[in-house]
Amino acid sequence: MNIALFLEMAAEARGGRVAFKDALTGESISFAGLYKAAQAKSQVLHESGASHCALIDTSNLTIPVALFASGWAGIPYVPINYRLTSEEIDALIDRVKPAFVVTDAERREAWTDRSDLIVHDRQSFREVHAKSEDVAHWSMDPEGVAVVLFTSGTTGAPKAAIMRHRHLVSYTLMMEFDSAEEDEAALVTVPPYHIAGIAAILTSVYQCRRVVQLATFEPDNWLKVAREEGVTSTFVVPTMLSRIVDSLEGQRSADLPNLQAISYGGGKMPLNVIRRAMELFPDTEFTNAYGLTETSSTITLLGPEEHRTALASIDPTTQKRLMSVGLPVPGVEIAIRDDKGRDLPTNVHGEIFVRGEQVSGEYEGIGSRVDEDGWFPTRDAGYVDDDGFLFLDGRADDVIVRGGENLSPGEIEDVLREHECVHDAAVVGMPSQEWGEAVAAAVEVSREVSVEALQMWVREHMRSSRVPEKIQFWDELPYNETGKLLRRVVKAAFVDSP
Amino acid sequence: MASLATGQRLKSAVCNTEIMVISAPDGDLELTCGGVPMGSDGSNESGTVDPNYANGTTIGKRYINEDGDLELLCVKPGDGSLAVNGTELKIKESKKLPKTD
Repeated sequence: MNIALFLEMAAEARGGRVAFKDALTGESISFAGLYKAAQAKSQVLHESGASHCALIDTSNLTIPVALFASGWAGIPYVPINYRLTSEEIDALIDRVKPAFVVTDAERREAWTDRSDLIVHDRQSFREVHAKSEDVAHWSMDPEGVAVVLFTSGTTGAPKAAIMRHRHLVSYTLMMEFDSAEEDEAALVTVPPYHIAGIAAILTSVYQCRRVVQLATFEPDNWLKVAREEGVTSTFVVPTMLSRIVDSLEGQRSADLPNLQAISYGGGKMPLNVIRRAMELFPDTEFTNAYGLTETSSTITLLGPEEHRTALASIDPTTQKRLMSVGLPVPGVEIAIRDDKGRDLPTNVHGEIFVRGEQVSGEYEGIGSRVDEDGWFPTRDAGYVDDDGFLFLDGRADDVIVRGGENLSPGEIEDVLREHECVHDAAVVGMPSQEWGEAVAAAVEVSREVSVEALQMWVREHMRSSRVPEKIQFWDELPYNETGKLLRRVVKAAFVDSP
Repeated sequence: MASLATGQRLKSAVCNTEIMVISAPDGDLELTCGGVPMGSDGSNESGTVDPNYANGTTIGKRYINEDGDLELLCVKPGDGSLAVNGTELKIKESKKLPKTD
């Protein structure tokens, strides 16, 4: 098994068809062209002696080339968040060296030479040739590591989640080969380092569907590109859909008749956003997809039919389905368990466990979190209703999911506590129309300080997404008898007085 | 007769068919294409497709046995048909999923 096989098949069946188009530059590559490029670069990677191929860039045509070339060469492909600071990126690169790095021109320019790294920008990666004319034969070992993705590091250092070829192959085989029509196009706006970005490449290639890459998201441009490229399907995180809906304010329809399908996931979708979206896109089918990095993307789906039924229904149980993430995909099983690991009946809240061929549940240096019966604890909380529909409560731990980005409350608390006027701080997620969840903080101060000054303080020390939108001043933060912060009490305060 | 391993790629000896093993039962099986055993090397110049096994293979289709414990993915099409221990494999009907990514 090797993910490169899917590209070989697409090149065989639809070689001349456009595989990827970069909406920003207008450049495109065919399935046959992509196959040839991946083959040539696999030999380059092989000769480099690198143990990993790291990619630090926005979406562009080198992304699928690097993904398939890595699979072909038998080294893991490691897409890294280009929004991280240089220090954060250096720390991650240190964990995958000796590495072959592909990045943007600016970052390559600034890169200090190191003997354990070979660094290319998009252009030089395109131009580099292998010394030998040999063609590397890819391994069909299902256990080979195809992709390493760094988690956002909510509990200390980021974990390196491992996806073996068998996990990604199993996920992709859910789709039907060559099932896309000639005129179909998927608009991919999720970044390359997100599991949904990788899944989109694999399933689009397998279905021989053209991908339109959009490196940066801005709602008006998204609508413009979707229209100009005749986009037929897309995946968005809730924040994107919320902003698209906002930008269509005052209009009766989005006027995108070609757009057959919008799927969404990666965070909690506000009910009024999905309702409004379904009105604005009357001819579009909506699907809610729930998945994790560790499960090779989607494990449950709420399909178009359920969306329509829920929207039209007057029955509260059916209406509520719109808030469900749906039913397990073929080959995947879901269980809800309590904190002792015991299975819970329907409608009872607990931790979500998942089992299936696509579930990797494994981290470099940590090992597998999958138990002997194949079950992986997602650390997400939720319940299953009488008909098997899964509902999410949020993270089992207290991670804040803001616009698809996972934020660690602890990190933000640490920064707040460093401020000279702050004695203690508790950071929680609060419901947000725009972001799904937004950052809120309750602080105990030792001296008077303004909300603005504290926000400025966080902005100076962290990325702007970490800055609390709301800050309340408390006389005393709530702790239990063992000294554990009662986050739910803090959370409730922001729900009750927004 | 040979045992099949998940992920293994095999070629027909008498046509262009190539397959990848998605799942296979333990133990030895005789996997043939066009009536001739498949192998990792591929074409045998002198061989021809047995007319009894000449229904052809389709790229991207999944082939299963009666018991459902053997599943193959056709990665290159050819003129021969796939069979195990003399019984022709069937195309697995797939469930259509909504577009997800």
